[in-house]
Amino acid sequence: MSALLSLTGVTAFYGAIQALRGIDLTVEKGEIVTLIGANGAGKSTLMMTICGSPRARDGQIVHEGQDITAWPTHLIMRRRIAQAPEGRRIFNRMTVHENLLMGAEVAGRTDTTDGLDQVFTLFPRLKERIGQRGGTLSGGEQQMLAIGRALMSRPTLLLLDEPSLGLAPLVVRQIFGAIRDLNRTTGLTVLLVEQNAYQALRLAHRGYVLVNGSITMAGTGAELLARPEIRAAYLEGGHT
Amino acid sequence: MAYALQQLINGVTLGMIYGLIAVGYTMVYGIIGMINFAHGDVFMVGSFLSLIALLGLAALGITSVPLALALTLIFAAGIAALYGWTIERVAYRPLRGSFRLAPLISAIGMSITLQNFVQVSQGARVKPIEAIIPGGIQIMDQGGFAVRLSWMQIAIVVITMSILGIFTWLVTKTPLGRTMRACEQDLKMASLLGIDTDRTISLTFVIGAALAAVAGFMFLLYYGVIDFYIGFIAGVKAFTAAVLGGIGSLPGAVLGGLLIGLIEVFWSAYFSVEYKDVAAFAILIVVLIFMPTGILGRAEVEKV
Ligand SMILES: Nc1ncnc2c1ncn2[C@@H]1O[C@H](COP(=O)(O)OP(=O)(O)OP(=O)(O)O)[C@@H](O)[C@H]1O
Ligand SMILES: [Mg+2]
Repeated sequence: MSALLSLTGVTAFYGAIQALRGIDLTVEKGEIVTLIGANGAGKSTLMMTICGSPRARDGQIVHEGQDITAWPTHLIMRRRIAQAPEGRRIFNRMTVHENLLMGAEVAGRTDTTDGLDQVFTLFPRLKERIGQRGGTLSGGEQQMLAIGRALMSRPTLLLLDEPSLGLAPLVVRQIFGAIRDLNRTTGLTVLLVEQNAYQALRLAHRGYVLVNGSITMAGTGAELLARPEIRAAYLEGGHT
Repeated sequence: MAYALQQLINGVTLGMIYGLIAVGYTMVYGIIGMINFAHGDVFMVGSFLSLIALLGLAALGITSVPLALALTLIFAAGIAALYGWTIERVAYRPLRGSFRLAPLISAIGMSITLQNFVQVSQGARVKPIEAIIPGGIQIMDQGGFAVRLSWMQIAIVVITMSILGIFTWLVTKTPLGRTMRACEQDLKMASLLGIDTDRTISLTFVIGAALAAVAGFMFLLYYGVIDFYIGFIAGVKAFTAAVLGGIGSLPGAVLGGLLIGLIEVFWSAYFSVEYKDVAAFAILIVVLIFMPTGILGRAEVEKV
Protein backbone atom coordinates (compact mmCIF):
# COMPACT_ATOMS: atom_id res chain seq x y z
CA MET A 1 0.00 0.00 0.00
CA SER A 2 1.28 3.45 -0.83
CA ALA A 3 1.86 6.07 1.81
CA LEU A 4 -0.77 8.61 2.80
CA LEU A 5 1.70 11.39 2.14
CA SER A 6 5.05 11.21 0.48
CA LEU A 7 7.62 13.82 -0.38
CA THR A 8 10.48 13.15 -2.75
CA GLY A 9 13.32 15.56 -3.35
CA VAL A 10 11.29 18.56 -2.23
CA THR A 11 13.01 21.93 -2.18
CA ALA A 12 11.58 25.29 -1.15
CA PHE A 13 12.87 28.83 -1.33
CA TYR A 14 12.10 32.22 0.17
CA GLY A 15 13.31 34.47 -2.59
CA ALA A 16 16.92 33.46 -3.03
CA ILE A 17 17.16 31.70 0.34
CA GLN A 18 16.83 27.96 0.16
CA ALA A 19 14.94 26.62 3.16
CA LEU A 20 14.45 22.98 2.10
CA ARG A 21 17.13 20.96 0.31
CA GLY A 22 15.71 17.80 -1.18
CA ILE A 23 13.37 16.39 1.45
CA ASP A 24 12.33 12.73 1.27
CA LEU A 25 9.66 11.88 3.78
CA THR A 26 6.69 9.57 4.05
CA VAL A 27 3.75 9.39 6.39
CA GLU A 28 1.70 6.20 6.50
CA LYS A 29 -1.96 6.13 7.28
CA GLY A 30 -2.59 6.03 11.03
CA GLU A 31 0.91 7.05 12.01
CA ILE A 32 2.17 9.80 14.26
CA VAL A 33 5.35 11.14 12.70
CA THR A 34 7.43 13.81 14.34
CA LEU A 35 9.89 16.26 12.89
CA ILE A 36 12.61 17.60 15.16
CA GLY A 37 15.37 20.07 14.51
CA ALA A 38 17.00 23.24 15.71
CA ASN A 39 15.56 26.72 15.21
CA GLY A 40 15.63 27.68 11.59
CA ALA A 41 16.13 24.11 10.39
CA GLY A 42 13.10 24.38 8.12
CA LYS A 43 10.45 22.47 10.07
CA SER A 44 7.72 25.06 9.70
CA THR A 45 8.67 25.58 6.08
CA LEU A 46 8.25 21.87 5.46
CA MET A 47 4.79 21.89 7.05
CA MET A 48 3.76 24.90 4.98
CA THR A 49 5.25 23.51 1.77
CA ILE A 50 3.06 20.43 2.14
CA CYS A 51 0.17 22.90 2.12
CA GLY A 52 1.49 24.68 -0.96
CA SER A 53 2.76 27.90 0.64
CA PRO A 54 5.57 28.33 -0.24
CA ARG A 55 5.16 25.95 -3.14
CA ALA A 56 7.81 23.28 -3.62
CA ARG A 57 10.23 24.31 -6.35
CA ASP A 58 11.57 20.85 -7.19
CA GLY A 59 10.47 17.40 -6.18
CA GLN A 60 7.08 15.92 -5.70
CA ILE A 61 4.42 15.83 -3.00
CA VAL A 62 1.90 13.02 -3.32
CA HIS A 63 -1.18 12.73 -1.16
CA GLU A 64 -3.39 9.64 -1.43
CA GLY A 65 -1.92 8.88 -4.82
CA GLN A 66 -2.52 12.37 -6.15
CA ASP A 67 0.34 14.67 -7.06
CA ILE A 68 -0.49 17.90 -5.23
CA THR A 69 2.86 19.63 -5.69
CA ALA A 70 1.52 22.48 -7.81
CA TRP A 71 -1.91 22.77 -6.22
CA PRO A 72 -3.08 26.00 -4.64
CA THR A 73 -3.29 25.94 -0.86
CA HIS A 74 -7.05 26.02 -0.50
CA LEU A 75 -7.50 22.99 -2.74
CA ILE A 76 -4.88 21.02 -0.83
CA MET A 77 -6.65 21.81 2.41
CA ARG A 78 -9.90 20.49 0.98
CA ARG A 79 -8.36 17.02 0.86
CA ARG A 80 -9.01 16.66 4.59
CA ILE A 81 -5.59 17.90 5.48
CA ALA A 82 -5.58 20.40 8.34
CA GLN A 83 -2.80 22.41 9.86
CA ALA A 84 -2.46 24.18 13.18
CA PRO A 85 0.40 26.37 12.04
CA GLU A 86 3.28 27.96 13.88
CA GLY A 87 2.17 30.97 15.90
CA ARG A 88 -1.40 29.64 16.27
CA ARG A 89 -2.79 32.23 13.87
CA ILE A 90 -6.23 32.26 15.38
CA PHE A 91 -8.56 35.03 14.28
CA ASN A 92 -8.18 37.62 17.01
CA ARG A 93 -11.29 39.58 16.27
CA MET A 94 -13.57 36.58 16.06
CA THR A 95 -15.13 34.70 18.92
CA VAL A 96 -14.04 31.21 19.89
CA HIS A 97 -17.19 29.88 18.26
CA GLU A 98 -16.56 31.73 15.00
CA ASN A 99 -12.96 30.55 14.95
CA LEU A 100 -14.13 26.98 15.25
CA LEU A 101 -16.74 27.46 12.54
CA MET A 102 -13.99 28.75 10.25
CA GLY A 103 -12.29 25.41 10.75
CA ALA A 104 -15.40 23.68 9.44
CA GLU A 105 -15.46 25.81 6.30
CA VAL A 106 -13.87 23.05 4.22
CA ALA A 107 -16.35 20.43 5.34
CA GLY A 108 -19.02 22.50 3.64
CA ARG A 109 -20.27 24.19 6.80
CA THR A 110 -23.03 21.66 7.21
CA ASP A 111 -23.72 20.21 10.61
CA THR A 112 -20.97 21.49 12.82
CA THR A 113 -22.48 20.13 16.02
CA ASP A 114 -20.53 16.86 15.99
CA GLY A 115 -17.29 18.68 15.40
CA LEU A 116 -17.99 21.20 18.14
CA ASP A 117 -18.89 18.40 20.56
CA GLN A 118 -15.64 16.62 19.82
CA VAL A 119 -13.58 19.76 20.34
CA PHE A 120 -15.38 20.68 23.54
CA THR A 121 -14.92 17.19 24.94
CA LEU A 122 -11.22 17.52 24.23
CA PHE A 123 -10.92 21.07 25.54
CA PRO A 124 -13.79 21.85 27.94
CA ARG A 125 -12.09 25.16 28.56
CA LEU A 126 -13.05 26.34 25.08
CA LYS A 127 -16.70 25.69 25.78
CA GLU A 128 -16.57 28.02 28.77
CA ARG A 129 -15.02 30.67 26.56
CA ILE A 130 -17.21 30.19 23.52
CA GLY A 131 -18.30 33.83 23.20
CA GLN A 132 -14.91 35.36 24.00
CA ARG A 133 -12.81 37.00 21.32
CA GLY A 134 -9.87 34.91 20.22
CA GLY A 135 -7.40 37.72 20.74
CA THR A 136 -8.20 37.94 24.43
CA LEU A 137 -7.67 34.24 25.22
CA SER A 138 -4.63 33.17 27.17
CA GLY A 139 -1.77 31.64 25.21
CA GLY A 140 -2.72 28.13 26.24
CA GLU A 141 -6.35 28.68 25.37
CA GLN A 142 -5.33 30.04 21.99
CA GLN A 143 -3.30 26.91 21.36
CA MET A 144 -6.28 24.75 22.24
CA LEU A 145 -8.37 26.82 19.89
CA ALA A 146 -5.85 26.45 17.08
CA ILE A 147 -5.87 22.68 17.47
CA GLY A 148 -9.63 22.60 17.90
CA ARG A 149 -10.11 24.66 14.75
CA ALA A 150 -7.90 22.27 12.80
CA LEU A 151 -9.98 19.35 14.05
CA MET A 152 -13.24 20.98 12.98
CA SER A 153 -12.62 20.04 9.36
CA ARG A 154 -12.56 16.37 10.37
CA PRO A 155 -9.12 15.88 8.89
CA THR A 156 -7.53 12.56 8.08
CA LEU A 157 -4.09 14.17 8.17
CA LEU A 158 -3.31 16.70 10.87
CA LEU A 159 -0.21 18.88 10.75
CA LEU A 160 0.73 20.35 14.13
CA ASP A 161 3.51 22.91 14.35
CA GLU A 162 4.78 23.21 17.93
CA PRO A 163 1.49 22.67 19.72
CA SER A 164 3.23 22.80 23.11
CA LEU A 165 4.87 26.17 22.59
CA GLY A 166 4.56 28.34 25.68
CA LEU A 167 2.24 26.01 27.52
CA ALA A 168 2.30 24.79 31.11
CA PRO A 169 3.53 21.19 31.46
CA LEU A 170 0.09 20.05 32.51
CA VAL A 171 -1.51 21.48 29.39
CA VAL A 172 1.26 20.00 27.23
CA ARG A 173 0.51 16.57 28.66
CA GLN A 174 -3.16 17.14 28.02
CA ILE A 175 -2.56 18.09 24.39
CA PHE A 176 -0.18 15.20 23.77
CA GLY A 177 -2.70 12.90 25.42
CA ALA A 178 -5.38 14.26 23.12
CA ILE A 179 -3.23 13.62 20.04
CA ARG A 180 -2.59 10.04 21.14
CA ASP A 181 -6.26 9.43 21.84
CA LEU A 182 -7.38 10.80 18.49
CA ASN A 183 -4.77 8.69 16.76
CA ARG A 184 -5.87 5.53 18.56
CA THR A 185 -9.60 6.01 18.43
CA THR A 186 -10.11 7.60 15.03
CA GLY A 187 -6.96 6.57 13.22
CA LEU A 188 -6.04 10.21 12.68
CA THR A 189 -2.65 10.57 11.03
CA VAL A 190 -0.46 13.23 12.59
CA LEU A 191 2.68 15.03 11.45
CA LEU A 192 4.05 16.81 14.48
CA VAL A 193 6.78 19.43 14.79
CA GLU A 194 8.11 19.81 18.30
CA GLN A 195 10.90 21.52 20.17
CA ASN A 196 10.15 19.19 23.02
CA ALA A 197 11.97 16.31 21.33
CA TYR A 198 11.78 13.86 24.20
CA GLN A 199 8.01 13.95 24.51
CA ALA A 200 7.54 14.07 20.78
CA LEU A 201 9.71 11.05 20.12
CA ARG A 202 7.98 9.11 22.86
CA LEU A 203 4.60 9.91 21.40
CA ALA A 204 5.47 9.34 17.75
CA HIS A 205 5.77 6.10 15.85
CA ARG A 206 8.55 7.52 13.74
CA GLY A 207 10.63 10.63 13.59
CA TYR A 208 12.80 12.65 11.23
CA VAL A 209 15.64 14.96 12.17
CA LEU A 210 15.93 18.08 10.07
CA VAL A 211 19.20 20.00 9.92
CA ASN A 212 19.59 23.05 7.72
CA GLY A 213 16.86 22.06 5.33
CA SER A 214 17.93 18.43 4.94
CA ILE A 215 16.84 15.29 6.70
CA THR A 216 19.86 13.79 8.44
CA MET A 217 18.29 10.96 10.41
CA ALA A 218 15.12 8.96 10.44
CA GLY A 219 13.82 6.09 12.50
CA THR A 220 11.28 4.97 15.05
CA GLY A 221 10.80 7.16 18.07
CA ALA A 222 12.61 4.70 20.30
CA GLU A 223 15.54 4.37 17.88
CA LEU A 224 16.06 8.09 17.66
CA LEU A 225 15.75 8.51 21.40
CA ALA A 226 18.49 5.97 21.90
CA ARG A 227 20.98 7.73 19.62
CA PRO A 228 23.72 9.57 21.44
CA GLU A 229 23.90 12.38 18.89
CA ILE A 230 20.18 13.03 19.28
CA ARG A 231 20.53 13.05 23.02
CA ALA A 232 23.39 15.49 22.78
CA ALA A 233 21.77 17.84 20.33
CA TYR A 234 18.11 17.80 21.24
CA LEU A 235 17.70 16.30 24.69
CA GLU A 236 20.32 18.21 26.57
CA GLY A 237 19.18 19.38 29.94
CA GLY A 238 17.37 16.18 30.80
CA HIS A 239 13.98 14.77 30.04
CA THR A 240 11.56 17.59 30.31
CA MET B 1 -32.07 78.65 12.33
CA ALA B 2 -33.95 77.78 9.17
CA TYR B 3 -30.78 78.32 7.20
CA ALA B 4 -28.81 76.03 9.48
CA LEU B 5 -31.46 73.33 9.25
CA GLN B 6 -31.33 73.49 5.48
CA GLN B 7 -27.55 73.13 5.59
CA LEU B 8 -27.93 70.16 7.91
CA ILE B 9 -30.23 68.44 5.44
CA ASN B 10 -27.90 69.15 2.53
CA GLY B 11 -24.86 68.06 4.52
CA VAL B 12 -26.41 64.77 5.56
CA THR B 13 -27.36 64.01 1.97
CA LEU B 14 -23.89 64.71 0.65
CA GLY B 15 -22.41 62.76 3.56
CA MET B 16 -24.45 59.70 2.67
CA ILE B 17 -23.05 59.68 -0.85
CA TYR B 18 -19.50 60.00 0.48
CA GLY B 19 -20.26 57.31 3.02
CA LEU B 20 -21.44 54.86 0.40
CA ILE B 21 -18.27 55.36 -1.62
CA ALA B 22 -16.21 55.11 1.57
CA VAL B 23 -17.63 51.63 2.23
CA GLY B 24 -15.82 50.38 -0.85
CA TYR B 25 -12.50 51.86 0.27
CA THR B 26 -12.90 50.42 3.71
CA MET B 27 -13.82 46.93 2.55
CA VAL B 28 -10.91 46.66 0.14
CA TYR B 29 -8.50 48.11 2.63
CA GLY B 30 -9.76 45.73 5.26
CA ILE B 31 -9.17 42.67 3.17
CA ILE B 32 -5.89 43.34 1.40
CA GLY B 33 -4.58 46.40 3.18
CA MET B 34 -4.52 48.36 -0.03
CA ILE B 35 -6.04 51.70 -0.94
CA ASN B 36 -7.88 51.25 -4.16
CA PHE B 37 -7.31 54.66 -5.71
CA ALA B 38 -9.40 53.69 -8.72
CA HIS B 39 -12.49 53.31 -6.55
CA GLY B 40 -13.56 56.93 -6.93
CA ASP B 41 -13.40 56.48 -10.67
CA VAL B 42 -15.58 53.41 -10.50
CA PHE B 43 -18.10 55.71 -8.79
CA MET B 44 -17.75 58.09 -11.73
CA VAL B 45 -18.17 55.25 -14.22
CA GLY B 46 -21.26 54.13 -12.30
CA SER B 47 -22.63 57.61 -12.65
CA PHE B 48 -22.05 57.62 -16.41
CA LEU B 49 -23.54 54.15 -16.75
CA SER B 50 -26.63 55.44 -14.98
CA LEU B 51 -26.83 58.35 -17.38
CA ILE B 52 -26.45 56.11 -20.41
CA ALA B 53 -29.07 53.71 -19.10
CA LEU B 54 -31.57 56.48 -18.35
CA LEU B 55 -31.16 58.03 -21.79
CA GLY B 56 -31.31 54.61 -23.40
CA LEU B 57 -34.47 53.64 -21.58
CA ALA B 58 -36.08 56.95 -22.46
CA ALA B 59 -35.17 56.35 -26.09
CA LEU B 60 -36.77 52.93 -25.86
CA GLY B 61 -39.93 54.62 -24.70
CA ILE B 62 -40.01 53.34 -21.14
CA THR B 63 -41.94 56.03 -19.37
CA SER B 64 -42.59 54.46 -16.00
CA VAL B 65 -40.17 56.28 -13.71
CA PRO B 66 -39.85 53.58 -11.03
CA LEU B 67 -39.20 50.92 -13.67
CA ALA B 68 -36.62 53.07 -15.44
CA LEU B 69 -34.82 53.81 -12.18
CA ALA B 70 -34.80 50.19 -11.08
CA LEU B 71 -33.45 49.01 -14.44
CA THR B 72 -30.86 51.76 -14.43
CA LEU B 73 -29.67 50.86 -10.99
CA ILE B 74 -29.35 47.18 -11.86
CA PHE B 75 -27.54 47.98 -15.08
CA ALA B 76 -25.12 50.45 -13.49
CA ALA B 77 -24.37 48.30 -10.46
CA GLY B 78 -23.93 45.20 -12.60
CA ILE B 79 -21.54 46.74 -15.12
CA ALA B 80 -19.62 48.59 -12.41
CA ALA B 81 -19.24 45.30 -10.54
CA LEU B 82 -17.70 43.90 -13.69
CA TYR B 83 -15.31 46.85 -13.74
CA GLY B 84 -14.39 46.19 -10.13
CA TRP B 85 -13.72 42.54 -10.83
CA THR B 86 -11.64 43.32 -13.90
CA ILE B 87 -9.59 46.01 -12.19
CA GLU B 88 -8.63 43.64 -9.40
CA ARG B 89 -7.86 40.86 -11.84
CA VAL B 90 -5.81 42.96 -14.24
CA ALA B 91 -4.14 45.58 -12.08
CA TYR B 92 -3.83 44.19 -8.55
CA ARG B 93 -3.78 40.43 -8.46
CA PRO B 94 -0.64 40.02 -10.58
CA LEU B 95 1.14 42.31 -8.12
CA ARG B 96 0.08 40.52 -4.98
CA GLY B 97 3.12 39.44 -3.05
CA SER B 98 5.36 42.02 -4.64
CA PHE B 99 6.44 45.13 -2.76
CA ARG B 100 3.77 47.10 -0.96
CA LEU B 101 3.72 50.18 -3.13
CA ALA B 102 3.34 48.30 -6.40
CA PRO B 103 -0.45 47.86 -6.28
CA LEU B 104 -0.85 51.47 -5.14
CA ILE B 105 0.97 52.72 -8.18
CA SER B 106 -1.04 50.37 -10.31
CA ALA B 107 -4.22 51.74 -8.71
CA ILE B 108 -3.29 55.30 -9.58
CA GLY B 109 -2.63 54.14 -13.14
CA MET B 110 -6.03 52.46 -13.21
CA SER B 111 -7.65 55.64 -11.94
CA ILE B 112 -6.08 57.72 -14.69
CA THR B 113 -7.00 55.11 -17.26
CA LEU B 114 -10.67 55.17 -16.27
CA GLN B 115 -10.78 58.97 -16.26
CA ASN B 116 -9.23 59.24 -19.67
CA PHE B 117 -11.35 56.44 -21.04
CA VAL B 118 -14.52 58.24 -19.99
CA GLN B 119 -13.18 61.61 -21.11
CA VAL B 120 -12.43 60.28 -24.56
CA SER B 121 -15.50 58.11 -24.99
CA GLN B 122 -18.05 60.47 -23.39
CA GLY B 123 -16.46 63.84 -23.95
CA ALA B 124 -15.01 66.25 -21.45
CA ARG B 125 -17.98 68.55 -21.11
CA VAL B 126 -20.35 68.24 -18.17
CA LYS B 127 -23.42 66.15 -18.79
CA PRO B 128 -26.65 67.57 -17.45
CA ILE B 129 -29.82 65.62 -16.87
CA GLU B 130 -33.36 66.72 -16.12
CA ALA B 131 -34.62 66.19 -12.62
CA ILE B 132 -36.27 62.79 -12.52
CA ILE B 133 -37.55 62.84 -8.99
CA PRO B 134 -38.58 66.44 -8.46
CA GLY B 135 -40.39 67.89 -5.51
CA GLY B 136 -40.31 67.33 -1.84
CA ILE B 137 -41.77 68.71 1.30
CA GLN B 138 -41.44 72.06 2.93
CA ILE B 139 -40.54 71.63 6.56
CA MET B 140 -40.74 75.20 7.76
CA ASP B 141 -40.83 78.77 6.55
CA GLN B 142 -39.03 81.38 8.54
CA GLY B 143 -39.08 84.96 7.38
CA GLY B 144 -39.33 83.98 3.75
CA PHE B 145 -36.64 81.29 3.95
CA ALA B 146 -38.21 77.95 3.19
CA VAL B 147 -36.53 74.81 4.46
CA ARG B 148 -37.02 72.07 1.95
CA LEU B 149 -36.48 68.35 2.13
CA SER B 150 -36.61 66.82 -1.32
CA TRP B 151 -37.81 63.31 -2.08
CA MET B 152 -34.42 62.68 -3.55
CA GLN B 153 -32.73 63.56 -0.29
CA ILE B 154 -35.01 61.24 1.63
CA ALA B 155 -34.34 58.49 -0.89
CA ILE B 156 -30.57 58.93 -0.58
CA VAL B 157 -30.63 58.69 3.21
CA VAL B 158 -32.98 55.70 3.21
CA ILE B 159 -31.02 53.82 0.55
CA THR B 160 -27.65 54.44 2.20
CA MET B 161 -28.85 53.47 5.66
CA SER B 162 -30.52 50.32 4.31
CA ILE B 163 -27.36 49.32 2.49
CA LEU B 164 -25.33 49.93 5.64
CA GLY B 165 -27.77 47.81 7.64
CA ILE B 166 -27.77 44.96 5.13
CA PHE B 167 -24.01 44.89 4.79
CA THR B 168 -23.35 45.13 8.50
CA TRP B 169 -25.61 42.12 8.93
CA LEU B 170 -23.92 40.33 6.04
CA VAL B 171 -20.45 40.85 7.42
CA THR B 172 -21.16 40.12 11.06
CA LYS B 173 -23.76 37.36 10.86
CA THR B 174 -23.46 35.28 7.72
CA PRO B 175 -20.93 32.59 6.72
CA LEU B 176 -19.93 34.71 3.75
CA GLY B 177 -19.20 37.63 6.05
CA ARG B 178 -17.23 35.37 8.36
CA THR B 179 -15.13 34.24 5.44
CA MET B 180 -14.49 37.85 4.49
CA ARG B 181 -13.47 38.74 8.02
CA ALA B 182 -11.17 35.73 8.15
CA CYS B 183 -9.46 36.87 4.95
CA GLU B 184 -9.24 40.35 6.40
CA GLN B 185 -7.52 39.17 9.56
CA ASP B 186 -5.17 36.55 8.15
CA LEU B 187 -5.22 35.76 4.46
CA LYS B 188 -2.75 32.91 4.72
CA MET B 189 -4.58 31.24 7.58
CA ALA B 190 -7.83 31.57 5.67
CA SER B 191 -6.30 29.68 2.75
CA LEU B 192 -5.04 27.04 5.21
CA LEU B 193 -8.67 26.53 6.15
CA GLY B 194 -9.56 25.80 2.54
CA ILE B 195 -10.88 29.22 1.63
CA ASP B 196 -10.33 30.40 -1.90
CA THR B 197 -8.92 33.75 -0.89
CA ASP B 198 -8.64 35.06 -4.45
CA ARG B 199 -12.34 34.52 -4.87
CA THR B 200 -13.14 36.30 -1.63
CA ILE B 201 -10.98 39.24 -2.65
CA SER B 202 -12.67 39.42 -6.05
CA LEU B 203 -16.02 39.39 -4.35
CA THR B 204 -15.01 42.29 -2.14
CA PHE B 205 -14.07 44.34 -5.20
CA VAL B 206 -17.31 43.41 -6.91
CA ILE B 207 -19.41 44.48 -3.91
CA GLY B 208 -17.43 47.70 -3.42
CA ALA B 209 -17.81 48.62 -7.09
CA ALA B 210 -21.53 47.91 -7.10
CA LEU B 211 -22.00 50.16 -4.07
CA ALA B 212 -19.93 52.88 -5.73
CA ALA B 213 -22.26 52.64 -8.72
CA VAL B 214 -25.27 53.06 -6.45
CA ALA B 215 -23.59 56.19 -5.09
CA GLY B 216 -22.88 57.36 -8.65
CA PHE B 217 -26.50 56.78 -9.57
CA MET B 218 -27.72 58.86 -6.62
CA PHE B 219 -25.15 61.55 -7.32
CA LEU B 220 -26.41 61.89 -10.88
CA LEU B 221 -30.04 62.13 -9.83
CA TYR B 222 -29.29 64.51 -6.97
CA TYR B 223 -26.97 66.98 -8.65
CA GLY B 224 -28.11 66.49 -12.20
CA VAL B 225 -24.65 67.11 -13.69
CA ILE B 226 -21.64 64.86 -13.96
CA ASP B 227 -18.30 64.87 -15.71
CA PHE B 228 -15.33 62.57 -15.98
CA TYR B 229 -13.58 64.26 -13.07
CA ILE B 230 -16.15 63.79 -10.30
CA GLY B 231 -14.58 60.49 -9.32
CA PHE B 232 -11.30 62.02 -8.31
CA ILE B 233 -12.77 64.61 -5.99
CA ALA B 234 -15.45 62.41 -4.50
CA GLY B 235 -12.90 59.61 -4.21
CA VAL B 236 -10.49 61.68 -2.17
CA LYS B 237 -13.30 62.84 0.09
CA ALA B 238 -14.68 59.35 0.53
CA PHE B 239 -11.23 58.01 1.26
CA THR B 240 -10.86 60.72 3.88
CA ALA B 241 -14.23 59.68 5.27
CA ALA B 242 -13.11 56.07 5.52
CA VAL B 243 -9.96 57.04 7.39
CA LEU B 244 -11.84 59.46 9.61
CA GLY B 245 -14.46 56.88 10.54
CA GLY B 246 -11.84 54.23 11.13
CA ILE B 247 -10.68 52.31 8.09
CA GLY B 248 -11.99 48.77 8.11
CA SER B 249 -15.24 49.70 9.82
CA LEU B 250 -18.48 49.81 7.80
CA PRO B 251 -20.47 52.06 10.15
CA GLY B 252 -17.29 54.13 10.49
CA ALA B 253 -17.26 54.72 6.74
CA VAL B 254 -20.77 56.11 6.73
CA LEU B 255 -20.16 58.12 9.89
CA GLY B 256 -16.97 59.54 8.37
CA GLY B 257 -18.87 60.38 5.18
CA LEU B 258 -21.50 62.13 7.21
CA LEU B 259 -18.92 64.23 9.03
CA ILE B 260 -17.10 65.21 5.85
CA GLY B 261 -20.38 66.09 4.19
CA LEU B 262 -21.49 68.23 7.12
CA ILE B 263 -18.16 69.99 7.52
CA GLU B 264 -18.06 70.76 3.84
CA VAL B 265 -21.59 72.10 3.64
CA PHE B 266 -21.46 74.13 6.85
CA TRP B 267 -18.08 75.58 6.05
CA SER B 268 -19.30 76.64 2.62
CA ALA B 269 -22.45 78.14 4.11
CA TYR B 270 -20.86 80.13 6.90
CA PHE B 271 -17.24 80.73 5.93
CA SER B 272 -16.02 80.25 2.41
CA VAL B 273 -16.73 77.86 -0.38
CA GLU B 274 -13.12 78.04 -1.53
CA TYR B 275 -11.78 76.68 1.76
CA LYS B 276 -14.31 73.90 2.35
CA ASP B 277 -11.84 71.17 1.38
CA VAL B 278 -9.15 72.71 3.56
CA ALA B 279 -11.59 72.53 6.47
CA ALA B 280 -12.46 68.89 5.80
CA PHE B 281 -8.83 67.83 5.56
CA ALA B 282 -7.82 69.92 8.57
CA ILE B 283 -10.40 68.06 10.65
CA LEU B 284 -9.01 64.80 9.31
CA ILE B 285 -5.54 65.73 10.50
CA VAL B 286 -6.76 66.77 13.92
CA VAL B 287 -8.78 63.61 14.39
CA LEU B 288 -5.91 61.41 13.31
CA ILE B 289 -3.54 63.09 15.74
CA PHE B 290 -5.81 62.33 18.67
CA MET B 291 -7.42 59.11 17.36
CA PRO B 292 -4.95 57.44 15.03
CA THR B 293 -7.36 54.59 14.26
CA GLY B 294 -10.23 56.91 13.40
CA ILE B 295 -13.49 57.42 15.24
CA LEU B 296 -14.82 53.86 15.11
CA GLY B 297 -11.47 52.23 14.41
CA ARG B 298 -10.81 49.22 16.50
CA ALA B 299 -8.89 49.68 19.69
CA GLU B 300 -6.77 46.58 19.64
CA VAL B 301 -7.16 44.45 22.74
CA GLU B 302 -5.07 41.58 21.60
CA LYS B 303 -2.37 39.31 22.77
CA VAL B 304 0.59 38.89 20.54
N1 LIG C 1 8.99 34.30 5.05
C1 LIG C 1 10.31 34.06 5.06
N2 LIG C 1 11.14 34.81 4.33
C2 LIG C 1 12.48 34.58 4.32
N3 LIG C 1 13.06 33.59 5.01
C3 LIG C 1 12.29 32.81 5.77
C4 LIG C 1 10.86 33.00 5.84
N4 LIG C 1 10.35 32.07 6.66
C5 LIG C 1 11.41 31.35 7.09
N5 LIG C 1 12.57 31.77 6.56
C6 LIG C 1 13.89 31.20 6.78
O1 LIG C 1 13.85 29.83 6.43
C7 LIG C 1 14.56 29.05 7.36
C8 LIG C 1 13.68 27.97 7.93
O2 LIG C 1 12.67 28.57 8.72
P1 LIG C 1 11.56 27.73 9.47
O3 LIG C 1 10.57 28.70 10.02
O4 LIG C 1 11.06 26.70 8.57
O5 LIG C 1 12.39 27.08 10.65
P2 LIG C 1 11.90 26.15 11.85
O6 LIG C 1 12.64 24.89 11.75
O7 LIG C 1 10.44 26.08 11.87
O8 LIG C 1 12.42 26.98 13.10
P3 LIG C 1 11.78 27.19 14.56
O9 LIG C 1 12.11 26.00 15.34
O10 LIG C 1 12.48 28.39 15.07
O11 LIG C 1 10.33 27.40 14.38
C9 LIG C 1 15.10 30.03 8.39
O12 LIG C 1 16.43 30.29 8.09
C10 LIG C 1 14.26 31.26 8.22
O13 LIG C 1 14.99 32.41 8.54
MG1 LIG D 1 9.01 26.72 13.15
